Amino acid sequence: MKKMLWIMALSLIVPLCVTPASWSADTIKVGFNIPLTGDIPKVGESSKFAAEILKGEINAAGGLKVGDKTYQLEFIYEDNESKAESATATALKLITQDGVLAIIGPQSSKQAIPAGQVCNDNKTPMISPWSTNPKTTENRPYVFRACFLDPFQGPVAAKFVTEEFKAKKAAVLYDIASDYPKGLAEFFKDAFEKIHGPGSVVAFETFTTKDKDFSAQLTKIVASGADVLFTPQYYDEVPLIVKQAQELGWKKPIMGSDSWGSAELMKLCGDACKGYCFSTHYAAAGAKGATKEFIDKYNTKYGYVPDDVAALTWDAINLLFTAVKNTGGLSGNLDKDRDAIKDKLTQVKDFEGITGKMTFAPGGNPTKCAVVVKISDKGEFEFFKSACP
Amino acid sequence: MQWGSFYALIALGYTLVYGVLLLINFAHGDIFMVGAYIGFFIATLLLGHYTAALPFALSPTAIFVLSLILTMILTAGVGVAIERVAYRPLRRKGVSRLYVVITALMCGLILENGNLALLGASRRSFPELLPKAVYTVGGVVISNIKILVIVTTILVFLLLETIVRKTKIGMAMRAISYDRMAVPLMGIPVDTVIVFTFILGSSMAALAGVLFATAYPVLEPYMGALVGWKAFIAAVLGGIGEIRGAFLGGFLLGFIEIFVAAYFPSTLRDLIAFSILLMFLTVKPTGIFGVARATKI
Repeated sequence: MKKMLWIMALSLIVPLCVTPASWSADTIKVGFNIPLTGDIPKVGESSKFAAEILKGEINAAGGLKVGDKTYQLEFIYEDNESKAESATATALKLITQDGVLAIIGPQSSKQAIPAGQVCNDNKTPMISPWSTNPKTTENRPYVFRACFLDPFQGPVAAKFVTEEFKAKKAAVLYDIASDYPKGLAEFFKDAFEKIHGPGSVVAFETFTTKDKDFSAQLTKIVASGADVLFTPQYYDEVPLIVKQAQELGWKKPIMGSDSWGSAELMKLCGDACKGYCFSTHYAAAGAKGATKEFIDKYNTKYGYVPDDVAALTWDAINLLFTAVKNTGGLSGNLDKDRDAIKDKLTQVKDFEGITGKMTFAPGGNPTKCAVVVKISDKGEFEFFKSACP
Repeated sequence: MQWGSFYALIALGYTLVYGVLLLINFAHGDIFMVGAYIGFFIATLLLGHYTAALPFALSPTAIFVLSLILTMILTAGVGVAIERVAYRPLRRKGVSRLYVVITALMCGLILENGNLALLGASRRSFPELLPKAVYTVGGVVISNIKILVIVTTILVFLLLETIVRKTKIGMAMRAISYDRMAVPLMGIPVDTVIVFTFILGSSMAALAGVLFATAYPVLEPYMGALVGWKAFIAAVLGGIGEIRGAFLGGFLLGFIEIFVAAYFPSTLRDLIAFSILLMFLTVKPTGIFGVARATKI
């Protein structure tokens, strides 16, 4: 009897240990590690919508041709709840259980940094469309991104407020518990103090995630006599910060970062945000060429203008497929194919994305331009200025 | 002051239920969230954002008052439903209070995740119903919404204090809290009194929810969790079960938080604020107005 039990237990365990290293031959599986719930659900939604359009187009045209074989696409969307710990679990599940060829996402740095470690350890290529913190790709040959970096964005914002608003003193308000705002706030401070001398950032105030009342920090900022307020926060906090600042008598400009650029910002913020600027990846109003085509497709299908996350996700998937095509043919062995894709990704040159031209080098970061967008009186994100490295 | 008022308003709900049932209703913070959402839907409905528009136009202030009252009624219904479905069966069986507390936590999670499943994760923006005005009094900037919130909290406090101390049903509530076994023998309908307590507590949470949404107009399914926890701490600080304690504790917690953020690096806010509270509770473990209970429960 005991023997029987052992055999039964073994027969259950053995198949779990020996997961097949090869995969179904005529589909390409791509995993999406995106926040469908949590703090920034709109980000996950736009990533998914952009991916769905692209998948529909390629599959309808017969599939993706790699070498002499055509593959159908299979996209697996997993929710990381906008949490760091869920993002690592999600990445692990996609790699080991679903056996995906590569992973797109996570979107924000808070999740992309830990998930990047998991992907790198498991030798699976990962492209984060939206994470701008340098740590995401640092010393991780398998991790890539489709956007610019905060050490580039911070100075762009600092230079912009200096030139445009003639700011001599700046205030910063950011969430200390989140990697993205924290990193960017520090890069902005360094860049601004380099231009105007030490101490020119007169207020450097923090709060923690989920805070809703910023009156203590904002009172200090208003009293500090700063010419501009820089707040690199996500779209769900920006309306609260902006409205409370205005209530406390702030009448000077407020500058934001690419995390402002969600389609939901204007719905939550209304008139309060009009006239403010933020640095970002692309401007939807007045776009041309392939970018306009994408915006129109998205708008007809889902009924709103896509935000930068959607556009970057679109570019990230196309980047991946460029690399897949460049391998010249997939072997069917997951480990080998993942490795080949990683090598080809580092060699992508002059990729024409809808958010600008990208060139990669080993390191996983593209060289590309940033734009500064102004929120118009109609509530549209209008192109204002562009800054290239 | 405004932030403290919210803590106070929600802490009042905790304290009411605890005072009568000796039960920490951890679902209270989520009832607050439900209140804010119900308020949002009623307000947008009255504003005519859906197909069914009102035949006559209301002024935004009237809409605000109307949706406030309707929200309080509906949310009270939610509170009573939870009492009926979750707490009463347990009370009938006479199980230990620990299980009721766990049930309360679970109810809160169900409300949060039910909202997430039903309405999706997207944020909603509460419509601006009250015209905003900002006054500067001696260097202090204060908006009319802040004044409204603070005045409401004080009024609610006075109202509850009167109900509990001066009315018959308030006397019954205090009696149940004192000895639940003996009270039915005196001919007091225990269930009715408990339902009344939940109606009061939940409508206070709804009031707080609508006011909160007016002051911080971004709604999300988890908005009740953190505020609920902090209000619970405020209730404990004031001495749980005491209405005066919840009122004072709420304002005190709000004051300490804002004060620390204003004079220290704001990173240290929660650390310093809660260290102060911890020291305070070490000196006076039952809270400001708390009296150590000598009765064996």
